[in-house]
Amino acid sequence: MKNAIIEVKKLTKKFGDFTAVNDISFSVAKGEIFGFLGPNGAGKTTSIKMLTTLLKPTSGTILLDGHNTVSAQDDVRASFGIVFQDQSLDDELTAAENMEFHGVLYKVPAALRKQRTEELLKIVELWDRRNDLVKQFSGGMKRRLEIARGLLHHPKILFLDEPTVGLDPQTRNHIWNYILDLNKKEGVTVFFTTHYMEEADRVASQVTIVDHGKIIAQGTPKELKKKAKAKTLEDAFIKLTGKKLRDEDASDLESLRNQKKMWRR
Amino acid sequence: MGPIYIMWLRQLKRYSRSRARMIGSLGQPLIFLLAFGFGFGNIYQKAGGGDYLQFLAPGVIAMAVLFTAIFSGIEIIWDRQFGFLKETLVAPVSRFSIMLGRTLGGATVALLQGTIVFLIALCFGFRPSLAAVPLALLFMFLIALLFTALGTALASQLNDMQSFPLIMNFLVMPLFFFSGAIFPLKGVNGVLTIVASCNPLAYGVDGLRASFGGESFYGMGVDMLVLSAFCAFFLGLGSWLFSKIQI
Repeated sequence: MKNAIIEVKKLTKKFGDFTAVNDISFSVAKGEIFGFLGPNGAGKTTSIKMLTTLLKPTSGTILLDGHNTVSAQDDVRASFGIVFQDQSLDDELTAAENMEFHGVLYKVPAALRKQRTEELLKIVELWDRRNDLVKQFSGGMKRRLEIARGLLHHPKILFLDEPTVGLDPQTRNHIWNYILDLNKKEGVTVFFTTHYMEEADRVASQVTIVDHGKIIAQGTPKELKKKAKAKTLEDAFIKLTGKKLRDEDASDLESLRNQKKMWRR
Repeated sequence: MGPIYIMWLRQLKRYSRSRARMIGSLGQPLIFLLAFGFGFGNIYQKAGGGDYLQFLAPGVIAMAVLFTAIFSGIEIIWDRQFGFLKETLVAPVSRFSIMLGRTLGGATVALLQGTIVFLIALCFGFRPSLAAVPLALLFMFLIALLFTALGTALASQLNDMQSFPLIMNFLVMPLFFFSGAIFPLKGVNGVLTIVASCNPLAYGVDGLRASFGGESFYGMGVDMLVLSAFCAFFLGLGSWLFSKIQI
C-alpha cells in the first residue's frame, strides 16, 4: 500500500506452545482511523505490544513510519504515542506530575506542555484534582488521566488499547471528539481497539477483526456489515467470530497489591 | 529539563513522600550501632582494637547505603507490575538515559539515607575527622551507584517479588557480612580475606573507613579504583539488561 504508515508482514508471536498472533499481515494508511477488533484473547494486545516495541515478534516484520520495530526502536518510539489497556501511571505522583513527567519524556516544550495539560485535564474533568496523588483516585479517574496523558504529545501514530472502557458516555464523547479533531487537524493516524462496536462503527474508517491470532475480516464498517449481512457492526462481529465465550488469563495484580502493602510496611 | 533529570526527580519525590519507609529503613542500622557498637565495644577494646564504635560506624553507614541502593534498583519490579515501566519503555528516549536517571535517583536516595545514619552515629559518639567528609560522601555515592545499578540489573531479569528473599539472603546479607563492615579484615582467616577481596562492598567500607580517618586494609587508592571499576561494570550491565526488557 502506498502511503502506509503501519506495515505488518507475516507477524507471528508464540509463547511456548501457544500462538498468540498467527501470521497476520495488514497495513494502515496515513491519516486513517483504524479499528482493530476481536474477542478477548484474540491477540490484540500482544499485537499492540509488538507494534510499540515492548515485545519482539517470533517472526515477521513491522514497519512504523518506515522504521523497523526491532532494528530501529528509537526511531519507532519517536513516531507513536499510546494509551495502554491497563494502568501505567505512577500513583505516588500527582496527576499534574504524571502529565509533566510524560511531557518531558516526549520532549513537549514547557509552554505547550502547560497549555495542553490544562486543556486535557479540563476535558477529563481532573483539573481541580491535579495536585492530588494518583493513588487517591478512583478507577475511572485514573483511566481518564491515563488518556489525557496519552494525548499530551501529538505523535504521528496514536495507539489506543481499549481507551474508553469503564468511562461514562459524556467523557467518552469528549475524548473521541478530541481524538477525531487531532486526526483531522494534524493528520494523526489512530490505531485503536475496543469492545464497543457502535463506537468502532462511528469512528473507524477501516476495521480489522482478529480471532485466535488470525485476521478474519477486513474492510470499512459498511463493507463488513454488508459482508455479514448484518444491520449493526455488533451483529456482524458476532456472526464473524461466533458466540462462544473467551477465556482470558486471570490477573495476579490483586495478590501483588497485597504483597506490596506488606513490603512497604 | 531532560529525561535523566525527570527520572532522577521522580525517585526523590517518591522517597520524600514515603516517610514510613524512610524511618523504617533506619531501624536496622540503628540496631547494629546499638547492639554491636555497645555490645562488642568492651571485648573489642580489651582485645586491643581500640574504640569499636569508631570502627563500626563506617560499616553501618555503608550498610544503610547498600540496602537502600539495592531496594531502589529492585523497585523496578513494582514499576513493572503496576504498569509504570511501560510508560518509560515506550518513550522516545534511549533506554540508557532512562536507566541512568533512575539509577542516579536511587543512588541519591541511598546517599541521603547514609548521611542520616552518619548523623545518628555522630550522636552515638562516632568522632571522625570531619575534614574528610567530602571524600567519605564520594565513597558513599560510589557504593550507592554501584548497588543501585546491581539492583536494576537484577530486577530487569525478574517478573515478580518471589525471588526477593533469595536476593536478600544470598546476595545482600553476604555482601554485608563479608565486607569487613563489622570486623577488621586484618588477621582474619585467609579464606575470608579472599571472599572479601571479591566483594565490591569490602572496598567501599574500607575506603569509607579510611576517609573518616580509620585504618585502611587495601589502601584508599585501590579502594577508589576497584569501586569505580565495579561501578562502571554494573552500570553497563544494568543498562544493557534494562534495554533488553520485554513486557
